[in-house]
Amino acid sequence: MGGLDDLYQQLILDHYRNRRGRGRIENASASVHEHNPVCGDECYLDILVVDDRLVEVRSDGDGCSISQAAASMLTEVAEGKQLDEALDTVEHFRLMMHGETEPDEDVLGDAIALEGVAKYPVRVKCALLSWLALRDAIAGYRETTAHGG
Amino acid sequence: MGNSATAVDATALKAEFPLLATPRPDGRPVHYLDSAATSQKPQAVLDAMDAYYRETNANVHRGVYEMAAEATDRFEAGRTAAARLVNHPREGLVLAKNATEAINLVAWAWGTRTLREGDEILVTGMEHHSDIVPWQIVATITGARVVFAPITPGGELDMDALHGLINPRTRLVGVVHSSNVLGTINPVADIVAMAHEVGALALVDATQSVPHMPVDAAAIDADFLVFTGHKLCGPTGIGCLAGRPAVLEGMEPFLGGGEMISDVTMDGSTFAEIPLKFEAGTPPIAEAVGLAAAVEFLEDIGLDRIRAHERELCVQMLAALDEVPGLTVLGPRDPDRRGAAFSWVMDDLHPHDIAQFLDSKNICVRAGHHCAKPLMRVLGTQATTRASAYLYTTEDDVLALRDALIECRRWFGVG
Repeated sequence: MGGLDDLYQQLILDHYRNRRGRGRIENASASVHEHNPVCGDECYLDILVVDDRLVEVRSDGDGCSISQAAASMLTEVAEGKQLDEALDTVEHFRLMMHGETEPDEDVLGDAIALEGVAKYPVRVKCALLSWLALRDAIAGYRETTAHGG
Repeated sequence: MGNSATAVDATALKAEFPLLATPRPDGRPVHYLDSAATSQKPQAVLDAMDAYYRETNANVHRGVYEMAAEATDRFEAGRTAAARLVNHPREGLVLAKNATEAINLVAWAWGTRTLREGDEILVTGMEHHSDIVPWQIVATITGARVVFAPITPGGELDMDALHGLINPRTRLVGVVHSSNVLGTINPVADIVAMAHEVGALALVDATQSVPHMPVDAAAIDADFLVFTGHKLCGPTGIGCLAGRPAVLEGMEPFLGGGEMISDVTMDGSTFAEIPLKFEAGTPPIAEAVGLAAAVEFLEDIGLDRIRAHERELCVQMLAALDEVPGLTVLGPRDPDRRGAAFSWVMDDLHPHDIAQFLDSKNICVRAGHHCAKPLMRVLGTQATTRASAYLYTTEDDVLALRDALIECRRWFGVG
């Protein structure tokens, strides 16, 4: 069962059972709703931005342990970051999921535990769902503010 | 049907399937419980396709040389076998890429040319996407409307509601014979008769029934009945449309090209007789050879015996799944009303996680929406886990699944 233990590290199961940052944000600066076409799982991601900084990140929705743990870790890692820094973090996570970078724990925090997911192509989408939602949310926020919204 | 037949010796049959008889790289056996997605292939099918390529590979229907004639004979033997399997005249047996293409053939060749604004296509809430999406596309083109017949909380068709939805505007009724998600076996002959009462055509998706039980197309009397080779021990790349010859003759072609013509001039073309009218281009020749071998393999065992075996498996599987805490099986519980596809939901465990855990035990199941998202919404879930059995499935496979599911709950810490 080595493979299974690699995939489901204790940290992942811990975030799955005790999910952080779950919920929605009233008056969010941007909201994104993503779904995984493979399994139909849904993910809501809300961000609150003040002075170009993510002061609050919340995620909601149902899904497998990988997607739920990834969302939980994301909210912890992203909160408090400058938008550009958050985007760099998402990109680092994305590259790790595609096996294209040496993961840096200082950047990823608990999310480094998801490194083993990269070996399971079908599950990569589960892990990426909320993280790419954050990227889209920041892009959406910047678009509205750029247009004076 | 078939309850009196002697069940098959699945353990002995397993030995005829090289993939099932060979341990996985970790040295342990595979428990293949995904036959509703695709079946494994017996040695006889692999040998037949191999021999075709080694001995008589040539293009079919026009070659003058002996080998080409032999290739044509072997190809046409696939059509004959498929027609015989479902008791259908061979001129009405069109070979397509798969069952999905067979339905698209009907949707395009019949639907786009026949349907008008206000017409209705009635399908059921337990159809596979392959019997929904082609009709939605055709509806967009023609202005016709796709109507869904509801299902009961027990996972069966609401026959009164279905009857009530069939009306003079109904032009085609599409119904699945056996659900790939719930296992439900639908009374398709009754539904076909209801369609015919109002002058509508009927299409039966027999993809999940033809591999598993005797299916008599003449008795069902559908205008179109589709099934696929790869789910009945045959190769991928070949599917069947058993169409009523008179209806097929009245239809325009689907795809144009070689094979399907009678004459071609710069002013236009005339078309071949059925079934070749619907078979443009070089057909799946080796696949037809494999299909014939698969049909013979099933006939040698006996479809009634396969059904009897799976009926026994139904009893074993339902009892085994009942032993798993927090697990709810969807669909009918009466083994006479269901096939051997079992979907379930489990408290606090996601299908992806369940399937991943089972994989660590070499147990192959499917997790997801099973190409039936409208049904998932009716069931109030986004995804289920599904185990599906076949003639080579043993009680040992069923018990391995039960034990692993119980262990899975403990492993994820949900009891």
